Amino acid sequence: MTTTERILISGNEAVAMAAFESGVAFASGYPGTPSTEILEHLSALGGPARWAPNEKVALEVALGAAFGGGRALAAMKHVGLNVAADPLFSAAYTSVNGALVVVSADDPGMASSQNEQDNRRYAVAAGLPMLEPSDSQEAYDFTVAAIELSERWRLPVLLRMTTRVCHSKTVVRARRPAAPPAPARFERDVRGRVMLPAYGRPAHRRLREKLARIAEWNETGPLTRRISGDRELGIIASGVAFMHAREVAPSASMLKLGLTYPLPMGAIANFAATAERCVVIEEGDPFLAEAIRAAGITVEAKPEPFRFGELNVGRVRRILAGDDSPEPEPPRGKPPALCAACQYLPVFEIFRKLNCIVSGDIGCSTLGALPPYEAVDSCVCMGASIGIGLGLRHVLPAAEARRVVSVIGDSTFLHSGMTGLVEMIYNPPPTGHLLIILDNSTTAMTGFQEHAGSGRALDHQPTGKVVLEDLARAFGIEDVHVIDPVAESGELARTISECLGNGRINVIVARHTCVLGARQIEGWARAATPAETAP
Amino acid sequence: MNDPTPVTNIIIAGLGGQGVVTAAAILAEAAFRAGHNIKQSEIRGMSQRGGSVSTDVRFGPAVYSPMTPPGEADYLVVLAPDQIEIHRPSLRPGGRLIAPDCLDSAALENRKSLNVGLLGALSTCLDIPEAVWHEAIRSVLPEKLHAANLQAFAMGRACGLTGASGRGRIPVVSLP
Repeated sequence: MTTTERILISGNEAVAMAAFESGVAFASGYPGTPSTEILEHLSALGGPARWAPNEKVALEVALGAAFGGGRALAAMKHVGLNVAADPLFSAAYTSVNGALVVVSADDPGMASSQNEQDNRRYAVAAGLPMLEPSDSQEAYDFTVAAIELSERWRLPVLLRMTTRVCHSKTVVRARRPAAPPAPARFERDVRGRVMLPAYGRPAHRRLREKLARIAEWNETGPLTRRISGDRELGIIASGVAFMHAREVAPSASMLKLGLTYPLPMGAIANFAATAERCVVIEEGDPFLAEAIRAAGITVEAKPEPFRFGELNVGRVRRILAGDDSPEPEPPRGKPPALCAACQYLPVFEIFRKLNCIVSGDIGCSTLGALPPYEAVDSCVCMGASIGIGLGLRHVLPAAEARRVVSVIGDSTFLHSGMTGLVEMIYNPPPTGHLLIILDNSTTAMTGFQEHAGSGRALDHQPTGKVVLEDLARAFGIEDVHVIDPVAESGELARTISECLGNGRINVIVARHTCVLGARQIEGWARAATPAETAP
Repeated sequence: MNDPTPVTNIIIAGLGGQGVVTAAAILAEAAFRAGHNIKQSEIRGMSQRGGSVSTDVRFGPAVYSPMTPPGEADYLVVLAPDQIEIHRPSLRPGGRLIAPDCLDSAALENRKSLNVGLLGALSTCLDIPEAVWHEAIRSVLPEKLHAANLQAFAMGRACGLTGASGRGRIPVVSLP
């Protein structure tokens, strides 16, 4: 079935639509810019989308669905794939029965991230086929292609997006979803699925054989597109960089790579040989250029300054012109800040007064690092606040150690904080420790997504609920306090002050619904309350 | 080299919560309904926390990059006065600035409709029929907001028309 209606949608919406129309049976992920809207849109279409506590769990559940013969999708931002890397690497060995598409939404330029890692490296490291769409039409088509490739080769497939592809709205003209899926069923394959060393060794060989055959298919397959043009300039490009290059040099000959791992080295060598000058235009790391040069093919790579940040038409023009003069600064707008009415302002005020050393975490609370509070001393990755706080407590002189506090949001705690809490119980520092969970009842930074502590699923329907203070007590922590930072700010200040120095391990749940999202969140909560208890 | 595919480049900028993304969605929808090829791109990562937001809308017969090349915007629509200077370098020489003082925001039925009001002013510069703009507003916004926003659009459009024929309420920005 082909739909030819013309629509204007974002890359994220296109992925969701392709997954929905191709009968994806299960989709999971964890919110993170720029990937969040994929699952939200899939759910809005009526598709089976769920938020998992973190990306590792999301990928594992999706892998299980694919073991069962279903079509599965896991969507996350680039740093989320770090969390999910453990199952990712082994899934390349175990293979799948249905389809497994892993969406990695990278953030070159760091619009909303802590780093600009280039996840194309994961495809090479894990040995997974990878597709790089360059607009919404390709986001749709490549999602379908990823499902088809995954089913054909029984391998997970990486769909690598970037901020501009995820969030740009472009026209989608034709939609051809994958043929209807086969019914899900369990197929026993102990040697294929149990990664004991004896079964893993042949699995690695099978993987490399498959990759060699996929590379061969890619030489002439539909994802390698040659656009004829002038002989003087040949451009090899992928992703959104292809669009910038096409605009800058409309008459150049181009080799557009859709499946960027494994690469069609024969096609690349032929293309480079026919161009008088051959330049690789890519965003982020020189991933293509390094691989192509390592294969002994002469191409120009972009100069080092263009590794940083996003590319655009102006920067591609510079690369092609060999212009290495200093680049103009892009407009620097007003940076984000903690909301003026944020319920957690009193917490940061207390930290400042008590001269705390604050081991912070990912989320809104990271913004406490900015003036006027400057009350966060480190922020590394999801959940790191607890381990880093403990490490500081272990080495600092006692007087300083007693100033150390770990601070984490509710969604981030459920994502990666629980094992840190176990460490706090198992290896307590001599001065004890204090963990403060800022529970605003939502995943605020990414736009109010539900999580396991909210008691509602992605579609805001009621589901099981993890109660943070119950969890901390069940772990064996005796000093657990639940305090409203707005209504009981005096009590909060006294409790923090006492917990910092009492030599025990303490947890404070500072609970107050996010002020910015309160109306929406309370609306979902009311709608999710069973009818008999409603007035 | 002649430009075989003239593309109209518009940047809409402001602060989180001002309706920058909504305005861009209406503009994109209008250009799309008018039959153009269109790309819309935005940076809104942490914008929920009151930071700067800007969106690019590009349309024409064929559009490749989703981002307006630096210094090549034909129109710059700015919702917050303090964001004008930050974004001014995005305009091409001879490009037009549509600033919040284009219209009297006190006369708006709903002050939050400033974004759509400025679109009204912009609409006088673009070759998109007025009826298509109305369709776009109705399709992007929930019904309860239609009346206030259609009023804002009409107000902005009146200002834009006055400007075009009179003292230039929509200034042409000349760069040094």
